Amino acid sequence: MSKSSGGTWAPSMLRRGPRNAEQMFPGSSGKSWFGNWFGKMPWLTKLCFLWLILVILAAALADLIPGLADPNYQGFVFGDGKTNEGPTASHWLGTDNVSRDILARLIYGARVSLIFAFSLVAIGIIVGGTLGSIAGYFRGLLETFLMALVDTWLSFPALIGLVFITTMLGMRNLLVLVLVGAVFVWPSYTRIARATALSVSGQDFVTAARAIGTSRKRILVREIFPNVLPALLAYSLVGLPVLIILESTLSFLGLGVEIPTASWGGMINQARQDLLINIWPAVWPAVTLFMTVYSFNNLADWVRTQAATRSAAI
Amino acid sequence: MAGSGKAHLRPADEVLIQVEDLVVEFPAAKKRTVKAVSGISLDVKAGETLGLVGESGCGKSTVARSLIQLPPPKSGSVVVNGVELTDLSEQGVRPHRTQLQMIFQDPISSLNPRRRVADIVAEPLRVWGPHGEEEQIEIVDRMLHAVGLDPEVARDKRPHEFSGGQCQRISIARSLVLGPKVLICDEPVSALDVSVQAQILNLLRDLKAEYGLTLVFIAHDLAVVKNVSDLVAVMYLGKLCEVAEPDDLYANAAHPYTSLLLESIPEPDPAAIIDETVDLVGEVPSSIDPPSGCRFRTRCSHATEKCANEEPQMREVSAGHHVACHHPLVAVAG
Amino acid sequence: MGGSEILRVEDLHTSFFLPIGELQAVRGVSFSLKRGRSLGIVGESGSGKTVLARSIMCLNLGSNVKTSGSAFFDGRDLLALSRREMRRLWGTEIAMIFQDPMTSLNPMVKIGRQVIEHLRQHKNVNRREAKQTALDLLNEVRIPEAESRIDRLPHELSGGMRQRVSIASALACEPSLLFADEPTTALDVTVQHQILNLLSREQRQRNMTMVMVTHDLGVIAGRTDDTLVMYAGKVVEQASTDEIFEKTQHPYTEALMRSIPRTSQASHTPLAAITGRPPVATHLPAGCAFSLRCPYVQPKCHEEDPPLVSIGTSGHKSACWYPVGSDANREAFERNLSDRLPQTLAVAESLGADQSPGIPADLPDGGIA
Repeated sequence: MSKSSGGTWAPSMLRRGPRNAEQMFPGSSGKSWFGNWFGKMPWLTKLCFLWLILVILAAALADLIPGLADPNYQGFVFGDGKTNEGPTASHWLGTDNVSRDILARLIYGARVSLIFAFSLVAIGIIVGGTLGSIAGYFRGLLETFLMALVDTWLSFPALIGLVFITTMLGMRNLLVLVLVGAVFVWPSYTRIARATALSVSGQDFVTAARAIGTSRKRILVREIFPNVLPALLAYSLVGLPVLIILESTLSFLGLGVEIPTASWGGMINQARQDLLINIWPAVWPAVTLFMTVYSFNNLADWVRTQAATRSAAI
Repeated sequence: MAGSGKAHLRPADEVLIQVEDLVVEFPAAKKRTVKAVSGISLDVKAGETLGLVGESGCGKSTVARSLIQLPPPKSGSVVVNGVELTDLSEQGVRPHRTQLQMIFQDPISSLNPRRRVADIVAEPLRVWGPHGEEEQIEIVDRMLHAVGLDPEVARDKRPHEFSGGQCQRISIARSLVLGPKVLICDEPVSALDVSVQAQILNLLRDLKAEYGLTLVFIAHDLAVVKNVSDLVAVMYLGKLCEVAEPDDLYANAAHPYTSLLLESIPEPDPAAIIDETVDLVGEVPSSIDPPSGCRFRTRCSHATEKCANEEPQMREVSAGHHVACHHPLVAVAG
Repeated sequence: MGGSEILRVEDLHTSFFLPIGELQAVRGVSFSLKRGRSLGIVGESGSGKTVLARSIMCLNLGSNVKTSGSAFFDGRDLLALSRREMRRLWGTEIAMIFQDPMTSLNPMVKIGRQVIEHLRQHKNVNRREAKQTALDLLNEVRIPEAESRIDRLPHELSGGMRQRVSIASALACEPSLLFADEPTTALDVTVQHQILNLLSREQRQRNMTMVMVTHDLGVIAGRTDDTLVMYAGKVVEQASTDEIFEKTQHPYTEALMRSIPRTSQASHTPLAAITGRPPVATHLPAGCAFSLRCPYVQPKCHEEDPPLVSIGTSGHKSACWYPVGSDANREAFERNLSDRLPQTLAVAESLGADQSPGIPADLPDGGIA
């Protein structure tokens, strides 16, 4: 029979789990997070991602780009530019029918589209997310009322409403467009937020928070909303390209930002007049619009696939 | 079965938790109600582990959650440490919850996936404590260490990076930071792998000794309940069948349902005799429309007319052993 | 002693190719099964037991799965058959019942029809005969009032009933091999007892071969003839069920049995938990997968993965360099004890100071409490 060797050991310590990091998390000593993530994208998605970074940076830093022409400068009037010119050294993408630099207009136009889209998404997330989380967590009369409101609101045709209100107001700058757009965008975010909040509220960690005695406000802020956010972000990823197209459509129809502010839709519209002389003033904005929207969609698809595979267990 | 009665309760000054005539009901479709718990009385002494066992639908989880008033019961009394919790409003109950903590069955969904472990464990301190930042960190580290996790490694990670057993440890750490008197464990090991179950059970036993906890342990696995409990209560369809000390209960089961449960356990012993005659369909009736009188009578081979008409009350079988049955398998004392 | 060999699996490997890497779920499993016998495959989550069963039946869908090796059923290699040929076997000669009857039964189809359609697809029977057979089957699996229940939808039945319907459906075409993948895990213990009895009875009456996949050692005890114990995608021990319990050879099996609470133990018996965590399939250690948690581990275990070999003549196989009960095992234990290896100390402490590790302290001595 064997005898155990002498000495003391602390029994309770030995019953506990493993201690060192590699034992606790096998495979965790891996590469950095971002590089890993970018590296795994298919090549097309990588390109889309880079394109979007380019567009966003250019739009954000437009004023700082050295040598970028003024998008509203009509050189023709001052005798130092031509209209409908092809690409030259001073105008890399040529000029439009009133001799404004196309490249500059594209970049400033990107600003309009992106600000419109991102602002509405942000408002949707903040307003819709908050209202929806409150409705989904507290339930009861508040939820019923809010959801009835949402359903009614959603039945108004957004596009018509948007155009109607901006016409009534007489102003059509970006701020007004965003504010009016916000009026129509919040209900769908609220709906998503409420549905997600409903399912999150049923999870044990919310019950655990209540069992600790956490106040309701704190539960909403710390437990519910952060878990509603991913669903809203996923929805936004799809919403962004839709909003960009919306803005371009409105500008194309002359109902978006007032001219002479550059916007892609507006540029395409203006290029119609001299389309037979020079198609480039129409092509450049159209191509840019297409590539940007496509990139958002491609990236959104990839993000969704990633999220799906991660949660799929074997 | 389906018993009521309080013969098994101990004097009020000896117990930490006392539940009397607890009734919890939930609304069901078509204006009916689910009678989840229909008149249960239990008590737990300080430092004791009460094991609550039964199959699905018996109401054991509901009893546990009613203790912390989540949801508050329809009627009945819950007295913890001398305070009648059912009299208090939601706001009034909140401070008392610090003494009554709970851990749940699914370790992963018990933790907020968007927060770091250090924040999760520190949360109770942040809600209640006057503790400063540094003191909080120190308490959290100490607690993580106590449950067997290395604070340096675990603190900044998120729940999804941990295994089920580790998540359960984090849950336990969180529940203990405020130094509660009572820990309610709602099927804490059912969702874990067999080899990890023993670790967590041992951990709970160690922590109970170290911190002087009182445990209310809910499970459907009879072997687990026997291992951890000082007193076992068997439930069926919202009612109490039998209450006894584990060794006594398992050796001398007085209630036909307890006996059925014990026979059904698959013993990991090749020489165990398996009762192959238990093949007839007998399943738990609906809790919306439970049988009259004794709720177990529809599956009981000893049932008589009395069982349909009269609900059995708890009676003493031997010291510390009570049963609610008109025809118990062990003679009733006196 | 059973008849001819009905199933022979040779060197089965199954891997899933995920974004995070290759997940080797089954890493070289071989075994054979005689007609009429019942086999239990025991393992925890991540052991590969479910993937093994599904790989044999060729049920793994998806382009990111790769299975290699062979599974000979009555002489035919299932893994080499085309989908169409497999479809002829599925349900007729080989059938499977699954863990969650809610998702394994079509929730939109009445239960009677599920069984009937199964019959009519594979056998040449008319509607009336099929309905009669379905009724007979439902009665056989003891569903009360089968005539009225036959037109119910799955969600109107309880879990136990749904599982009975699944069994009826699986047995409809009289398969010779039945896989049961954790058939009772989702059920209450009293219902579990009923369902297991039902399966045993059906297996005996129909002289069917049955493979039961489970994580519960209690389910296979007394109900299966042979047992495979799986860990991290490999078979670590293979023997008749009685021998698995009475003459345990692999440290994992031994550790598992020690760590399970039993009703035959007194209350508050300290449990001999297995230290460490179950293996993560994408990051397996070199050598033996159990080496990180094994109380008998030696340097060789970290370097070379032990093969599954027979010891003695009873057909009992285990994959360990230092199998339980051998002298090498005792010496390894002593060495680790003096080296103060944490998992060995934990085992020694739970056994008490003067017991030999080869004899688990709390195996029941037969009979139930």
